[in-house]
Amino acid sequence: MDWEAIIRNAVIAGLSREAVVFAIAAVGLNVHFGYTGLLNFGQVGFMAISAYGVGISITQYNAPPWLAFIIGLLAAVLLALLLGVPTLRLRADYLAIVTIAASEIIRLVFRSVALRNWSGGSNGINGFADGFYVWNPFEPTEQYGFGWFKVFGNQAYIILVGWTLAILVTVLVWLLMRSPWGRVLKSIREDEDAARALGKNAYWYKMQSLILGGVIGGLAGIVLSVGQSTVQPDSYSPPVTFFIWTALILGGVGRVWSPIVGAIIFWTLLSLSDNILDGLVDTGIIPAAVTAGTRGGSVRFMIVGLGLALLMIFRPQGIFGDRNEMMLEDR
Amino acid sequence: MATIFAGMWRAVAAAVAVVLLVGLFAGVAGAQEEPPETGVQGRLQQRTEDGNAPIVGVRIVVTTADGAAVGEAVSDTEGVWLVAVPGPGEYVVTIDQATLPEGVGLPEGDDGVRTLTINPRQVRGVLFPLGEGAGASERGSQVRLALQLFVEGVKLGLLIAMMAIGLSLIFGTTGLVNFAHGEMVTFGAVVAFWFNVSLGWHFIPAALIAIAIAAAVGGLLDLGVFRPLRRRGVGLIAQLVITIGLSLLARYVILYVFRGDPRSYAQYAIQNGIPIGPILLPAKDLWSIGISVLMLLAVGLTLQKTKVGKAMRAVSDNRDLAESSGIDVQRVILVVWAVGSGLAGLGGVLWGLGESVSWLMGFRLLLLIFAGVILGGLGTAYGALVGSIVVGVFIQMSTLVIPTELKNVGALAMLVIILVVRPQGILGRAERIG
Repeated sequence: MDWEAIIRNAVIAGLSREAVVFAIAAVGLNVHFGYTGLLNFGQVGFMAISAYGVGISITQYNAPPWLAFIIGLLAAVLLALLLGVPTLRLRADYLAIVTIAASEIIRLVFRSVALRNWSGGSNGINGFADGFYVWNPFEPTEQYGFGWFKVFGNQAYIILVGWTLAILVTVLVWLLMRSPWGRVLKSIREDEDAARALGKNAYWYKMQSLILGGVIGGLAGIVLSVGQSTVQPDSYSPPVTFFIWTALILGGVGRVWSPIVGAIIFWTLLSLSDNILDGLVDTGIIPAAVTAGTRGGSVRFMIVGLGLALLMIFRPQGIFGDRNEMMLEDR
Repeated sequence: MATIFAGMWRAVAAAVAVVLLVGLFAGVAGAQEEPPETGVQGRLQQRTEDGNAPIVGVRIVVTTADGAAVGEAVSDTEGVWLVAVPGPGEYVVTIDQATLPEGVGLPEGDDGVRTLTINPRQVRGVLFPLGEGAGASERGSQVRLALQLFVEGVKLGLLIAMMAIGLSLIFGTTGLVNFAHGEMVTFGAVVAFWFNVSLGWHFIPAALIAIAIAAAVGGLLDLGVFRPLRRRGVGLIAQLVITIGLSLLARYVILYVFRGDPRSYAQYAIQNGIPIGPILLPAKDLWSIGISVLMLLAVGLTLQKTKVGKAMRAVSDNRDLAESSGIDVQRVILVVWAVGSGLAGLGGVLWGLGESVSWLMGFRLLLLIFAGVILGGLGTAYGALVGSIVVGVFIQMSTLVIPTELKNVGALAMLVIILVVRPQGILGRAERIG
């Protein structure tokens, strides 16, 4: 087995476009779950609606990129309001059910044949991202990087912009959570009744948290769609949310830097497991039939599912988390 | 819906077969009076309750591709018509719809014009699928379609209700929302498929053993995973995330083993509909309805009359009180897991029988189960039943107005709306659940 290549791929995967998308989306999820205790199992719905908001406003209405960007984020605000109004007054698991259902509704509606001319059906939307690449300082055909870490120009641009955005939203969330506003959110997480007794409008605070985290999730969706130069409905399927959850829990829920750390570790581990599996097949230790066809792909999901369950059982605070920050009380 | 399409497809296939047969007979009949070397022919008839009735006196006009008249014919007492054409080439056959008897018409979207190519020495059959045409009695067939969809909706709703029992009971006794419940549905269907198709057992023993295995796996899941978690005092939300992890694991293990394409069981896959009044239902749908009703009745009686059922209700009402009055709470929860999983497995088998077995069926159904349970009121046994049937009927009937691909979207949207209007559900008590 070529360990050098395996480790190289793992490092690249840890800093890749996918990792940065996960990092941003996990920052949003951390606002929801980590700081406020909201069970959002439809983060991918926020990503999808913003990505489609950008894609549709550019391809259908010829909006300039900055306007499309704002429309995309506003779509996430709308979705948060739509989900929050019915569920935030109810017990936490209602939000879980409604968000997962909503993310599936969004995907099914956008990929439907009936709206094909508007949202592109199952082919998605293509050819909208050019406007976002006008500030790209890199040559698309050149490779950039250092040492053996090299990526092509467009990729380098997305990685650079993406990680800058990830750090910006992380700092924003850090500042917000140090503010009195953030302390109210944490107090709602710890004991909603106590926060209410002190005269805080818990419902409205939870709504603000849902909107903030949702918009950050939408930002992740926009980065993903621009990075891929396409909006594919099936890139926004429910398992993506569970991947993001796993990344967040891996890093440690309710910590400032945990989404970024978690996303990097998550993609590094995923790449390691993929590549080691391939290596074992190539060297004949595992018969080729084990990963033939789509089977190799499903192994990845199994590992994530098992990992998520085991993490929650044995180390719910993640690698760097603090057990006391981990809201696990039911209410 | 798929069954409706299947039904329509069967009807079309039958009609084609009829025309082919008719073509043969017509050929034989025509042979006595010197058939033309090239021509077009057909038999016009209408499907009625007691067989096919010929349609007499309808004018058929044949022209060449560029519109020059070739000939015309009028259907005889057998409904047969024949037009000779001068030679091979492309011809246009038009049915004169003004001559059709009242109440008979072509289906919607059929203009009654056929363009076809005649090969040398060919007398080609032409099919006009006549029935109660769109224009003739649209309202009648719309009502019939609505009725058919309603009954299929009830069937779907009963299935959802049966699968929802496990989810409701587990939630009632432990407070856990089990996201892995959908995978138990898939698991039952796939295990039955393995015994039925891979091992060659008959469907019924395969289904029975699959249900037993699903129940056993449910029990083991409680014994091996959730009972230790409860003992360690792991919070419900952590347990919920664990069920999500397990569902992801199980779903992709099933994909790995079963592969992606949906498949049907070896027996009962294709059945003709049995006419019941104005609607058609295959026997397996009737069985599905019967079995679901039986199971729901059995669970209802168990909850009301038997000792273990009363214990379940006691644990749901107040776990501590139940424990202190001598009920073995852990054992009750174990029974709930096993029974709920078994019923989910049975639901999966019946769903797989009616539609097909696929690796993603459980997840899709889980969202509908959630919709049904929340609509009826989370934790209320009869509410879940009513809610599920409403969801099933809503899904099927909504295809009258929205595209089939979006029918589940309607149900999920209804879930969101219900939470705004009446968060405790149809039958839930208006207590504080926030």
